[in-house]
Formats: sequence, C-alpha cells, structure tokens
Amino acid sequence: MTGSALALFVAIPLITAGLLVPLKERWRLNAAVLMTVLAGSLGGGVALVLAARDGSTLATSIGLWQAGIAIPFAADMLTALMLTATGLLTLTCSGFAIATRYASHRYFAPLVLVLTAGVNGALLTADLFNLFVFIEVMLLPSYALFVLAAPGRGRLWAVAGARLYVTVNLLTSTIFLAGVGFVYGVAGTVNLAELAGAAKEDDAVAAAVAICLFALSIKAAVVPVHGWLARAYPATSPTVTAMFSGLHTKVAIYAIYRIYAVIFDGDSRFLWIGVAAFSITMVVGVLGAVGETTTRNILAFHMISQIGYILMGVALFGLVGLTAGIFYLIHHMIVKASLFLSTGAVEVRYGTGSLDRLGGLAKREPWIAVSFFAAALSLAGVPPFSGFVAKLSLLMASLSEGQIVAAVLMVLVSIVTLMSMLKIWSGVFWGHPPEGLDPAPAGADAPADPDEDEAGAEPAAAAVAAASSAAGSAASSPGTQGTARPDGAVATLPADAAVSSAEPGRRRIGPALIAPGLALALVTLTLGLGGELLLSLSETAALGLMDTSGFVEAVLGR
Amino acid sequence: MTLALAAGVIVAGAVYLFSRREMMRVILGFVLLSHAVNLMIVAAGGTFNRGEPIGKDLDPSEVADPLPQAFVLTAIVIAFSITIFMLVLAITGRRDDDVTDDPAAAQSTAGPDLPDPRWDPVSRRVITPGEEDDA
Repeated sequence: MTGSALALFVAIPLITAGLLVPLKERWRLNAAVLMTVLAGSLGGGVALVLAARDGSTLATSIGLWQAGIAIPFAADMLTALMLTATGLLTLTCSGFAIATRYASHRYFAPLVLVLTAGVNGALLTADLFNLFVFIEVMLLPSYALFVLAAPGRGRLWAVAGARLYVTVNLLTSTIFLAGVGFVYGVAGTVNLAELAGAAKEDDAVAAAVAICLFALSIKAAVVPVHGWLARAYPATSPTVTAMFSGLHTKVAIYAIYRIYAVIFDGDSRFLWIGVAAFSITMVVGVLGAVGETTTRNILAFHMISQIGYILMGVALFGLVGLTAGIFYLIHHMIVKASLFLSTGAVEVRYGTGSLDRLGGLAKREPWIAVSFFAAALSLAGVPPFSGFVAKLSLLMASLSEGQIVAAVLMVLVSIVTLMSMLKIWSGVFWGHPPEGLDPAPAGADAPADPDEDEAGAEPAAAAVAAASSAAGSAASSPGTQGTARPDGAVATLPADAAVSSAEPGRRRIGPALIAPGLALALVTLTLGLGGELLLSLSETAALGLMDTSGFVEAVLGR
Repeated sequence: MTLALAAGVIVAGAVYLFSRREMMRVILGFVLLSHAVNLMIVAAGGTFNRGEPIGKDLDPSEVADPLPQAFVLTAIVIAFSITIFMLVLAITGRRDDDVTDDPAAAQSTAGPDLPDPRWDPVSRRVITPGEEDDA
C-alpha cells in the first residue's frame, strides 16, 4: 500500500455520499452501498495495520504540492488501529440501523458516509487547521443524524438535545480555531511535523497549543467540561448514540495523544495536570452514573469515567503508559458500542430504557442478556475480557510511574463501575417484568417520559413490532421481526391499536438486532483471550509516539 | 492593537449574548464569536504587508501572507453552514425558541395534549397546534 492511497479513505465515502443523495426511495440500494463502502474502509484500515507493523509511517501530500504547503496525510500504527476500530464500529452500528429501519431514512446513508469521511480525515491529517476542518466535516452530518426522524415523527426532546450538542460543539470548534490561529501567529506553521517539539522549546507555542488541547478536552468530555455529553447523548436515537460513542470523543482523544506526543514531545512538565484532571474525570463520571435511572444515561456517564482511564495513558507518558492507553482506547470503543447496541435493541423493541419499566428480560431475550453481560463485565475489567488486560496494563503503568493515588482510584472506580453494570443487569434483565411491560413498544401511556420520545425516533421499528404483534400474522416466529419490512401502511398504524392486543411473554428482539452487539462482545472476548496481538500492535503505536522522528520525516517527505 | 481591541470587544458582545436564554441570541453570539476569531487569524498572519498574494515575482516584504486568508475563508464557510443549521433548530420548537433542555419541564410546560408543530405538505407551511384555527 502506498501513501497516495491514503486520500481514498476520505475521497471514496465523500463521493459515494454525493452520488447517493439524488436516489429517492431506494433505501435498500442505499444500505447496500453504505455497507460496501464501510466494509472497504474497514479493510483499508486492516491493510494499513499490516503495512505499519514494522513501525513505519505512510504519508502523502495531497495534490502533490511541496511538503510543508500541501495538506499532509500520514498514517502510522496508531492511525491504522483507529481507522480499523472506527471502521468496525461504523459498520456494526449501520448494520444495527438497518435492522431497526432507522437507515430507511433517505439521508441516513449519505450522512453516515460523510461522517466516515470526516472521521477518517481527522485521523489521517497531520495539520492542525486541517484537523479543524475534518472535525467540522465529521460534526455537520452528526448534527443532522442527531435529529433525523421520519417526517412528522421528530421529537422536541431530540431538538432540545441537538441544540445543546450543536452549541457546545460549535463553541469548542471556535476555541480550537482560535488556538490554531495563535499557533500560526507564534510558530508560523500549523503543520504537525514542522511543529515537532516546538512546545517543549518555546512557552508561547506551548500556551497556544494548550488552547487547542483544551478545546479537544471539551470534545472528549473531560471533567469539568463534561456536562454536555451526559445530557446530549441520550437525547437522540439509540443507534446514533452507539455510533457517536465510538467516533466523536475518540477522535478528540486520538488528537490529544498525537498532539501531545508530537508538538510537546511528551514534555514531562505538564503531565501532572493530566494526571489530576483525568483522575477526577474517572471518579466524577462513575459517581454521576449512580443517580441515573435509564440505561443510556448510566452508560453515558460511564463513558466519561472511561475517558479518564484512556487519557491517563497519555498523562503517564512512557512506553508502558502509552501502550496501555492505546489498548484501552481500542477496547473501550468496542465495548461501549456493544453496550449501547445491546441496550439500544431493548429500547427499540420495548420502547423504553428506564430501569423501572423493564425487567425479567434475561429469560425472554437470552442472547441480548448474554451480549450485555459480557460487555458489562469487560467494561468493569473482569477477566477473561479485554477490559481486564486494559485495566491491568494501565494499573501496572501508573504503579511504575509512581502514581499511586491514580492507581488506587482506578481500582475503586472499577468496583463502582461493576456495581453500576449490575444495577442495569438487575433492573433490565433480572427479576419479574413489571406490570404493563408487554404493551410497551410505542405506548401512549406516559408522554411525560422522555424515553417515550426515543421510541418515537425509531418510529418504523416500534410501529412494526407493535403492528405485527397486533396482526399476529407474519410475526409468529421470533426471528421475523428483525427482518420484517415496513411498508408505509404498517408504519403509520396508530400504536394504541396494537398495544391493547399485544401478545404477552413473546420474544421481540430478532437476530438482526442482536447480531451487532453480540459481534462486538465477541470481539472483546477475543481481544481478552488473545490480548497479546493488540498489545504488541499498541506497543508499536506507542513507540511511534515516543519517538516521532519517523512520523516527522515521512510527513515532510525527507 | 486595533485588531486586538476589535476582537476583544466582539468577544465581549458574544459572551453577553451567550448568557441569554433564547436560541436566537445564542446564534447571534456565535456569529460575533466567529468574526472575532477570524480577525484573530488575520492578525496572526501579520497586517503590515498588504500586497495581494497573486501573480509572479512577488516581493515577500510587501505581499500579505496568503495562508491566514485561506484559513479565514474556510472558517467563514463552516460557520455559515452551522449558523443556518442552528437557525433551523431555533424555529423547530413551539412558538418561541426558549425551549428548556430539561425533558420533564419541557413536557410539563408544553402539555402532553399538544402535538409537535409539523410541516404540512399541502399548504406548504409549518402548522403549530393551536394556531390552526386562526389561519
């Protein structure tokens, strides 16, 4: 694979998205093209991992301009791993969206493709201003995906969440842009390779880059600038929450790793700030989850807590710490998406993610229960899942760096995480189904509950479940719902008509909805049992961050 | 110095607007803020050279730095598109744009009996419940 192929990671999704927009009412074709392109992106990521195995960096200057003027794209092992992980997540989340019929919206496929182009570009670029542009390319389709709904089915609750999401992200991007302006003012360049080590030598550059890092911390939801995430993420549909959880905050984390390694050259003067901020992030995130009562709110707060863990890797700047941090990053993306997809499947089919209104699903939906339980144990760090390897290596790293307090906090937070996961487990999967669980899919009984609106965001799916129960026709076997196809007449059927005659005690979540979450849960099990592979790849990536000369030379074309 | 003062004053205006509750004012605040940042980027390139950076045989001591100009152009386009999206969000509510982000409060003040405003493809306009009688 040559460096010039890197541009394809951005070009192909972008062009395909443009071609898909004029296609009207052909959602099957859209879905097929979407999955093909995403699979290609994933394949490209794997090919890059193979190419970067020896620690080399592929780079290209777009348009064959002179290095230093051109837009540089570069991919080393860290980039390749991130491209693979984001590709895998977008693919599984899109599969989930197709299974829930969320993808049947005309603009779903083009928006996800532009999102993919933005994510890939942000991961590949080696230029601060370009990073800003690609983050915006990533965010614009996200804003639309956030409020995407069938005509007349949009919910005010999603709009309120979108207002928060858009304003926070725009403010953050503007701060980042100001930081880029300052960097250009004091250093005269925004090319990462030309800035290599600049912040270590010049305090003015350090201050300017710190503004960029601050903006990226808001995007990554580091405490005390985390509040937006826990409120905004649960406000959209479960599909989109799962997709965003693996992409947006993680791109910001990747950029923090890259910028601190290259521009600051791992400067040890400022590491204490990271250790303090990220320790607080771990604790505050997990405590925030204690008071929440819906699955997605709990998971969103856990995400904040886990972001503290991931970034701790960069705060313990050293080979062991960086290796652990990168391993944790990949592990977390997979596990979190798996959890959001499992609970999302429940939410889509039962119309709520509220712990009070669900129960006893372990008996009725054993596969979702297995998938959730595996991912939850992995999140908490229980062997044999990848979470154990990730937490153990991070713990060893902080002990070897002498950060005893951080190590103790990691263990304590893990225990609280496990308790929180058990709370979801006992609320949703154990016990007896509460009164009125069965007629829940799009129930009109509780308009005051926001979760009801989330069911509305997946209108076709919920309506199909309800309608097929009511008709009792094609849905006699558990599997048919996932593949039942929504024609217009069924989707517009009033939910109330279906609710009264819903058949109790029947399985609602079909294999197509179970598969994405379960597949990711299997990946975390594989990474736990065969952790050696990803650990050695992470070590190669960490070596690339420790010694950035290879990256710099590749970008500058010397 | 003039640029720094101008950027400072504009940021102050933006921060004031951000402290208002209405979405519309917040959007206007963002318009101001992005202008302030654009001024800052122009200042970062230096304003002492004013020659246009086009053509051949340019004298580096006279020609302005083209890179900040390209940055600002890109930033203006991005800010413009997001402003339009935010304007859409601002009118996608009930009557006014002062919608709380607290779902429980939003539901209780709005009342469960009123459906959301919807787009009517026949009359080609947004129909807000309660206003249909007036029309």
